[in-house]
Amino acid sequence: MAEERVRSEMTGKVWKIVTKVGDKVSDGDEIMILESMKMEIPVMVDTDGTIKEFLVGEGDEVTEDQEIAILET
Amino acid sequence: MFEKVVVANRGAAAARIIRALNGMGVKSVAVYSEADESAPYLAEASEAHAIGGAAPAESYLNQDAILDVVKETNADGLHPGYGFLAENSDFAARVEAAECRFIGPAAQWLEAMGHKTRARDMMKEYGMPMGSSSSVLKDDDEALAAASDIGYPVLIKPAGGGGGIGMLPARDDEQLVKMLERARSMAERSFGTAEVYLERLLEQPRHIEFQMVADEHGNVRHLFERDCSVQRRHQKVIEEAPAPALAREVVVDLADSAASILTKMGYNNIGTVETLYDGNGGFNFLEMNTRLQVEHGVTEEVTGIDIVATQVRSSFGQPLSEILPDDVEISGHSIQARVYAEDPIKFFPSPGPLEVFRPPSGDGIRVDTGFAEGGTVTPYYDPMIAKVIVRGDDRQDAIDKLREALDEFMIEGIKTNIPFIQATLQNEAFVSGAVHTGLAEDVVATLKK
Repeated sequence: MAEERVRSEMTGKVWKIVTKVGDKVSDGDEIMILESMKMEIPVMVDTDGTIKEFLVGEGDEVTEDQEIAILET
Repeated sequence: MFEKVVVANRGAAAARIIRALNGMGVKSVAVYSEADESAPYLAEASEAHAIGGAAPAESYLNQDAILDVVKETNADGLHPGYGFLAENSDFAARVEAAECRFIGPAAQWLEAMGHKTRARDMMKEYGMPMGSSSSVLKDDDEALAAASDIGYPVLIKPAGGGGGIGMLPARDDEQLVKMLERARSMAERSFGTAEVYLERLLEQPRHIEFQMVADEHGNVRHLFERDCSVQRRHQKVIEEAPAPALAREVVVDLADSAASILTKMGYNNIGTVETLYDGNGGFNFLEMNTRLQVEHGVTEEVTGIDIVATQVRSSFGQPLSEILPDDVEISGHSIQARVYAEDPIKFFPSPGPLEVFRPPSGDGIRVDTGFAEGGTVTPYYDPMIAKVIVRGDDRQDAIDKLREALDEFMIEGIKTNIPFIQATLQNEAFVSGAVHTGLAEDVVATLKK
């Protein structure tokens, strides 16, 4: 089974993780919501798969391009 | 005139207000959070006070800390700027209770216009034109019924606040139910109330707003309009005055009737009446902002009126007849570009260090900013780092000046939306004056190619 690493497209903070480990997701689904500069930016996956692991938790700071979750595809 | 005024804001707003107060010979008291302790405008204020941590709730939204500064400094005025506590009626009342004048309209107006459906009902009663909308929605069933009355597409909007935050479109029942949940959660988080309502979503309208000026003696006038149609994420990026490609009498008629409505209502300070202009249906009232507007500078450039000084004088009790000339006319054309710290295509925030930050200067070029080279754009506040405002003899002259000014603006260390603005300034529809709120998406499509 292949793995796909989801990266943050911006610097900010994890506001809310809206899925959980084991959830099946499809291309375009929101898995968590980041916030920065008064904006909420949803993180969407670009492939179908199952969430294997989150590499960050709610409230954590993230930087651009940081790996934030692992999908099993 | 006021002796001493607390400026309860940060960034370009604080810098602009401090400069206006200095110019009027009024002592200015700046406040700052831990993240802003080296902001360049603090040195221009008569004094500066720390009010708490970087997070807005600990500082710029911390009413107790700001009221402590009011008491400590014996200030007789407080200017809230825009955003943060500018439209918070409880705060305004607390400032007034501390025997300090809140520089803005009376608290009742912040309250009345702050709740968007109540404000719409009130303005409609006085004859302001507007499109169909719902009341606050109790549940999904009510939303579905309202959407079928109004007709798709609809826009879900928070009732408790504006600024383009938390607005989501829906094109059918399924999408509406899905988006409602998200909209309620965003509204709750941003405005402390999950109340949302529906408005008819206009396709490709123009955002046209009217700068209103009132005093405490029953007089209301207008300083014409601004066109703020170029927006991303429902937030303005390019604003201009006058509105291009629109008959003057159509604009002035609405401005005059807005002034007469506010006179009847008894409004008593500066404010902005926002509308969406639909080529077929005319003007549709959106909301009224009871404060100084981010884009006030373009109106200042074409009318020669200092809007901040006007607001301060009106709050002190001076009548408009002593503040404004008898006739105010528009001369030339002004455009403002908001420079945001963000990716120019995805519009994702891009905080970071300002390794290089050299704003342009020259005839007809004005830059309002709260930053300087060596500073840091932090993730705590909104992403606007500068407003580049130009004034030209006509619109084309202003566009040319803005292009040159942005070319000269040297910023390194973060990403900015300058490439997006430059692409917009070369967009055929923009240049011809055929602006609309969907224009930004068209520009992004050309940038992606």
